[in-house]
Amino acid sequence: MRITCPFCGERDRREFYYQGAAVALERPVADAGEEAWDAYVHLRDNPAGVTKDLWYHESGCSSWIVVTRNTVTHEILDCTLACDTKSEVSI
Amino acid sequence: MAELIARPPCQGLLPLEIGTTTLSETDAGVLTSIMPFKGQEAALSEALIAAHGMAMPAANRTTGRAGIRAIWFGRGQVLLIGPSPHEALAWYAALTDQSDAWAVVRLEGAGAVDVLARLLPIDLRATQFKRGHTARTELMHMMASITRVGDQAFQIMVFRSMATTLVHDLKTAMEGVAARR
Amino acid sequence: MRIAGKGLIDRSKPVRFVFDGVGYDGFAGDTLASALLANDVRLVGRSFKYHRPRGVLTSGSEEPNALVTVGNGAAAEPNVRATVQEIYTGLEAKSQNRWPSLSMDLMAANDLAAPFLGAGFYYKTFMWPSQFWEKLYEPIIRRAAGLGALSGESNPDKYERAYAFCDLLVIGAGPAGVMAALVAARAGADVILVDEDSRMGGRLLAENCEIDGVPGVIWVDRVLSELSAMDNVRLMSRTTVTGAYDGGTFAALERVGHHRAARHAGLPLETFWRIVAKRSVLAAGALERPVAFRNNDRPGIMTAGAVRAYLNRWGVVPGQKVAVFGNNDDAHRTARDLLAAGVHVAGLIDSRHNAPDATGFPVYKGAMVSDTTGRRGLESITIRSVSGEDKLATDCLAISGGWNPTVHLTCHLNSRPVWCDDILAFVPSPSGVPGMGVAGACSGAFSTDRCLREGAAAAVAALEALGKSAPKTQIPDAEDAPYAIAPLWAVPGRGRAWLDFQNDVCVKDVKQAAVENFRSVEHMKRYTTQGMATDQGKNSNVAALAILADVTGRAIPDTGTTTFRPPFSPVAIAAMGAGAQGKGFAPERFTTSHAASVERKAPMIEAGLWYRPSYFPVPGETTWRQSCDREVDMVRHTVGVCDVSTLGKIDIQGPDAAEFLDFVYTNTFSTLKIGRARYGLMLREDGHVMDDGTTARLGAHHFLMTTTTAAAGQVMRHLDFVHQGLRPDLDVAMVSVTEQWAQFAIAGPKSRELLNGLFDADLTDAEWPFMACGPVQVMGVRGRLFRISFSGEHAYELAVPSRYGDSLFRTLLARADTLGGGAYGMEALNVMRIEKGFITHAEIHGRVTAFDIGMERMVSSKKDCIGKTMSERDGLSGADREQLIGLNPVGAVKQLTAGAHLFNADDDPVRVNDQGYVTSVAYSPTMGHMLALGFLKNGRARHGQKVRMVDHLRDLDALCEVVNPVFFDPDGERARG
Repeated sequence: MRITCPFCGERDRREFYYQGAAVALERPVADAGEEAWDAYVHLRDNPAGVTKDLWYHESGCSSWIVVTRNTVTHEILDCTLACDTKSEVSI
Repeated sequence: MAELIARPPCQGLLPLEIGTTTLSETDAGVLTSIMPFKGQEAALSEALIAAHGMAMPAANRTTGRAGIRAIWFGRGQVLLIGPSPHEALAWYAALTDQSDAWAVVRLEGAGAVDVLARLLPIDLRATQFKRGHTARTELMHMMASITRVGDQAFQIMVFRSMATTLVHDLKTAMEGVAARR
Repeated sequence: MRIAGKGLIDRSKPVRFVFDGVGYDGFAGDTLASALLANDVRLVGRSFKYHRPRGVLTSGSEEPNALVTVGNGAAAEPNVRATVQEIYTGLEAKSQNRWPSLSMDLMAANDLAAPFLGAGFYYKTFMWPSQFWEKLYEPIIRRAAGLGALSGESNPDKYERAYAFCDLLVIGAGPAGVMAALVAARAGADVILVDEDSRMGGRLLAENCEIDGVPGVIWVDRVLSELSAMDNVRLMSRTTVTGAYDGGTFAALERVGHHRAARHAGLPLETFWRIVAKRSVLAAGALERPVAFRNNDRPGIMTAGAVRAYLNRWGVVPGQKVAVFGNNDDAHRTARDLLAAGVHVAGLIDSRHNAPDATGFPVYKGAMVSDTTGRRGLESITIRSVSGEDKLATDCLAISGGWNPTVHLTCHLNSRPVWCDDILAFVPSPSGVPGMGVAGACSGAFSTDRCLREGAAAAVAALEALGKSAPKTQIPDAEDAPYAIAPLWAVPGRGRAWLDFQNDVCVKDVKQAAVENFRSVEHMKRYTTQGMATDQGKNSNVAALAILADVTGRAIPDTGTTTFRPPFSPVAIAAMGAGAQGKGFAPERFTTSHAASVERKAPMIEAGLWYRPSYFPVPGETTWRQSCDREVDMVRHTVGVCDVSTLGKIDIQGPDAAEFLDFVYTNTFSTLKIGRARYGLMLREDGHVMDDGTTARLGAHHFLMTTTTAAAGQVMRHLDFVHQGLRPDLDVAMVSVTEQWAQFAIAGPKSRELLNGLFDADLTDAEWPFMACGPVQVMGVRGRLFRISFSGEHAYELAVPSRYGDSLFRTLLARADTLGGGAYGMEALNVMRIEKGFITHAEIHGRVTAFDIGMERMVSSKKDCIGKTMSERDGLSGADREQLIGLNPVGAVKQLTAGAHLFNADDDPVRVNDQGYVTSVAYSPTMGHMLALGFLKNGRARHGQKVRMVDHLRDLDALCEVVNPVFFDPDGERARG
């Protein structure tokens, strides 16, 4: 498996740490309520198809990256810096 | 009062010459991690030109020359190698002394690329990784910085505490390459 | 028998080698198999289950029978295929799975018991009583069945791993692969051409053919010399591509040392390559399959293509009178080549009634071989036709049941091959591996002409995908012989007709599986073990499938195939784990004080990747406890020095640094004064404790965070995530400085006395109160001093740039020695922190909350922080929670153990009564007995009560009193004073 780091280019999977669903970027406000927090911390989809997850270029440039990939074909569709994804959403 | 005695990271381990490849420790001088504050990248680059005669390097690139070099060191980070950083840089960036944090070695010779191909999971072909190119990657299991400093010469950096393992891994690979000839 | 003038071996270079203790002669270029056949050695091994005598079947890596052990002692390598092993002077090989010798194998009695040992026999027979299976049946069965054995010693050979990158990877250097490489290389692409053979050329080395008017072997050598002169081409022979993976990644095993008599020091036996290619061309050729008939496994019976290869490449004929049996045109080629070489061809048996005629040997049309004789080697065959049965004397039978394209790699990403009726074989599905083209025999193109054309076309397609223009290429002239075949999988009749030679599976075993309703091909495979040996059924899977299809009344494509998985051929675990032997397993991190600690004979303990001293023994001390007790006593009464550089240190700067810390820590750091340090607690987002440590404020926008040694990497990752993923709006920069600073704890009542004299000015309480920090000049070097304590004593931590670490440590120890102090290690450090009730990751193990450790007041109510919301959930605080407590032994048993569980004094020590558990224990020389930290339900309200500590594993039952976890100096006066 090879992931294209937006900084470093295409690299072997061994350089990355896998975190899980990119849902982790959408942190609710403190008083968003139990359901929102439960969903944020615990609930994850397990799609056969396109999914977005977070990878950390741990032995590379230390970027957190949102990887869009297909769990069926293993195709990697997009790799974006987490900080860029975040700036699209108003904080 | 007695003075404290400095000890380089690879003391007693280097130099090595195996086959057509040599491995030696580099006294790189002062190492400073430069991390620009928000929106200060351009101003920082100008200050770096004014102070040290070189611009901020782009990702995976270096600027400067032997003895005074700025190498891209990861997301939002450049490592200034050689001189003490000019104090004006601190207006635009977080400066952190890292002079003692890294073991810096130089691998040179006809077999250097073959040796590194045994340790690094990155593409080192001369067409892809040219002189002045740099990469953050892993060497065996160690976070590393690799820079091509000559046609057949590389600067390799890993954390100081792992200097013994670095030399062990490089030596093993050098022996493997040399034994094939 | 060697034929004069034939073959590609170097007759000027004789090679002497040993097989089963007997010396033989061969030539450079021989494999062990070709050299043994040249010496008329036909019996080379015994079969897996029945110990049947077996000989060489093939000439390639698919060989099921001729497995030998090469070398002696620890370096002995079992299950080496004699068809792949090149000979060299001094080579020693031994046959396997026989006792006492190959020709007289007592285990061959299994063969007589064959009626009882068929498929499913074990399952049905050794069912009762169940405990007999492990103790009795399995050991006996395992001893009787098997292949070669490992030496049981540590493998002294070196294995290597390596990476390579290219535009185009061409797998297989036969006519198709060589042509593909040539076209792509001439267009300027970076090409890697790999072939598993020691010499490139594929079937061109084994066939009597011409390309562009010259022998195929001359043509291919010319192309290879052109390729080897190009900078953009890498030729890798003796390299098997063993797997295709995502993203254009391939695994390849290179045999580096196996063929060398003298190995230079450092030379790897094998190199395991990971090759990343933008495009690939699979030109892996095809494998010939035998036909099943009674006693088709005798030494001397080989595939027809192998007989041709031994003749044309190695100048060897495996018999005096050769018969050929087949169902296709390719079988005739073998007979013709033998005849042309002057070998007596006893006859050609072709199952087809319309088989072509031939001159020079009799052709038995519409006939089949139905049985054979010859105990340790073939003596005769029985030919059955409409006119009855004939016996034909022959010592070598060449069989061809057709060719199977080598589709394996195309299936490694879960694609299935497609059945092709024209060649009665599976061909690759077009989209098996992204970026991979398939050319030549492995796509079902069996003539040389078609191989060359497909190779060139695959290269052109790859070049287009790479954005390179392909130069016009002239396809060389070559034969384009037709390939006609009629179905023949097994000759009908009684007796055992072998399919899987390596796992001893017969036609009737497959039929039995179907009878017992194991009709799925995957079930049949597991029931019979068909295709489960080291050759993975390369010679037999398709025939077994065809037989299963026949008995279940289905067509072959409807029956399906088993799944091809990596590796294509066996890969030693040592090769896959190459580089990880010994010191290569994990990096070793040494502190700057390592050499000085070793000089003081301190045993090292691993903490993550770090090596830290356990204790520093002095003369007269014989146990670790003696040293540890002395070191604790020393720190409590005089002074001790300990290297604490391994704690994670993170430099945090920027206008928003304080706000950032307020967000990652439960408590507030924006209010911390410059020149002060504060203890901080970090939660995970789910509300549980992640890590703790002190953070110092060095400037308005400058902090230095410390983490525990083990969690340093995790915390750095977490901080990067919080910054990049959650708060990219904050202007803050972070970098690890763990390695920049060598840091030493100087702890004890005389710590200040030790340090005074090292700095420009003496330390005072006014300038350096508890939790103060700041820059110091230490012996002319800029350092940092922190008045913090993990021992509970008046203590400091002094940091200098790492290059001075060794020198400073020696200086501190020399000064400590004069004060009656000295160095202390991890054991004493641990005892003192337990005496003080300080937590480590033994306590914050991932399931405890700030409430559990009595720190809920550290979760600030005035701000949000990571984990705060979830920490307020029901169930994460309250009386039901297990809370941090201390335990003192008060009964007869004085020993406490970590991992033990806690029960009410009157309860049975069973799970339902569980009240908590012990996390840390130590013998406290300060208190004079053992102490424990642990978690107890509602523990904080139960100080003074008695509980039972029960360790079911160590059989301990100790009555304890629940106490405040701060056993020593609970008011902290010693550290502050």
